Amino acid sequence: MANVPEDLHYSKDHEWVRVDGDQAIVGITDYAQNSLGDVVYVELPKAQDEFAANEAFGSVESVKAVSEVFSPVTGVVVRINESLADEPESVNSDPYGEGWMIRIKMSNSGEVDSLLTAAEYEDFTKAESE
Amino acid sequence: MGGRMVDFGGWDMPVQYPAGTIEEHLRTRNHAGLFDVSHMGEIDVRGADAIAFVNRLTSNDVRKLVDGQAQYSALTTPQGTVIDDLLVYRLAEDHLLLVVNASTTEKDWEWIESHYAGESVELNNVSSDYCQLAVQGPDAQAILQTLTDLPLSEIKYYHFTRGTVDGIEGIVSRTGYTGEDGFEVYAPADRAEQLWNKILEVGQTGTPTGVLPCGLAARNTLRLEAGLSLYGHEIDETTTLLEANLGWICKLDKGDFIGREPLARQKEEGVKRKLVGFEVTERGIARDDQEVVVAGQRVGKVTSGSPAPFLKKNIGFAYLPVEFANVGQQVEIDVRGRLVGAQLVKAPFYKRTK
Repeated sequence: MANVPEDLHYSKDHEWVRVDGDQAIVGITDYAQNSLGDVVYVELPKAQDEFAANEAFGSVESVKAVSEVFSPVTGVVVRINESLADEPESVNSDPYGEGWMIRIKMSNSGEVDSLLTAAEYEDFTKAESE
Repeated sequence: MGGRMVDFGGWDMPVQYPAGTIEEHLRTRNHAGLFDVSHMGEIDVRGADAIAFVNRLTSNDVRKLVDGQAQYSALTTPQGTVIDDLLVYRLAEDHLLLVVNASTTEKDWEWIESHYAGESVELNNVSSDYCQLAVQGPDAQAILQTLTDLPLSEIKYYHFTRGTVDGIEGIVSRTGYTGEDGFEVYAPADRAEQLWNKILEVGQTGTPTGVLPCGLAARNTLRLEAGLSLYGHEIDETTTLLEANLGWICKLDKGDFIGREPLARQKEEGVKRKLVGFEVTERGIARDDQEVVVAGQRVGKVTSGSPAPFLKKNIGFAYLPVEFANVGQQVEIDVRGRLVGAQLVKAPFYKRTK
């Protein structure tokens, strides 16, 4: 069973958001990393890049496949997780911790309210895997 | 088993088991991997003209085979392109078994049947009669030996013998698609599960050095590192054997076979494009169908591109015009709009040391 921490917000594209003041930390969920398999490459944007909600900000590659990752919120990238360049496997081993991808300064923090709660996301993944 | 399944040529196949593709790949290189390749097709050819018939339809020389020997070959079109690549097993002078790709089995069967010209042969599509399990890796022989009295060490590469494995009658062949030593076992389809479980058991699966069940993704990365072609990628009905560096299975002097003439002509005139191996030299992973760029010109396409888990590089094959098809040539790959540097290298990318 995939791990879905209570205190995060989730997108239907399998990203998670941790709110930290007016900033959002974004990564992909345990369910997503498990479906992808071994992550071997993560392509991230640069600091200062701007993204609208649901816009692709990068990609995650496993041995077999490439998946885009989407920003669940609108804003400006303030930091990226540079350690993923050398340790992309953190996305598998610790998707909600070491495997975080970007930190965004949100232009509208109200957007997180439209994301899924942990319980809703869990139902969503169950429906998707059926 | 908890494998992630995918539809593959109409078969539900595991892409990977819980260990994951990288671990499956490495375990096969270092110890042993077990692959269920029962989806492969088998066509049985019997009769006094079996060898002559198959020799007319395939590019390698079937007459060179002795009983108990197998041969890599291809079914060719009249243009010298590839209907399928296959293994030809000689069970007896009047009995051959053709092992073909899953996705092409029906096409191959129709092609072979339609080229029957009154020879003394009986053709049977026996694909559903057989299961096929591949045990691959340096520990493959030791594992399989615990299940059979057959003297496995005496079976030479691309040879096989008939006998029992775990009491099941079958064919044990020293062949594979991973670049490692190993065996492929053909047995009655209804014994697949017994054989699978038994090999995992005696191979001490679940231990750090035991045999690991491997899925299609690892099968693909292993064959790619080993520089082996995959039908539908490096070879198909638009590529000739010579362009695909398969001249070694093209026995132009063996007498007539379908596609011989254009292949002989191409050999004399030289190919215009060639399959080449490359290694990505910048950050990025080349994938199937991406374009290859030389000096700003789009000159070719990637046929297979993937991370190579053992080599820890990103590698691939591509077709390029011969003027660029030299080892050391710098190219770029269009990875979803970003040009990523790569260099042509010698294939196979990986060669086992013994």
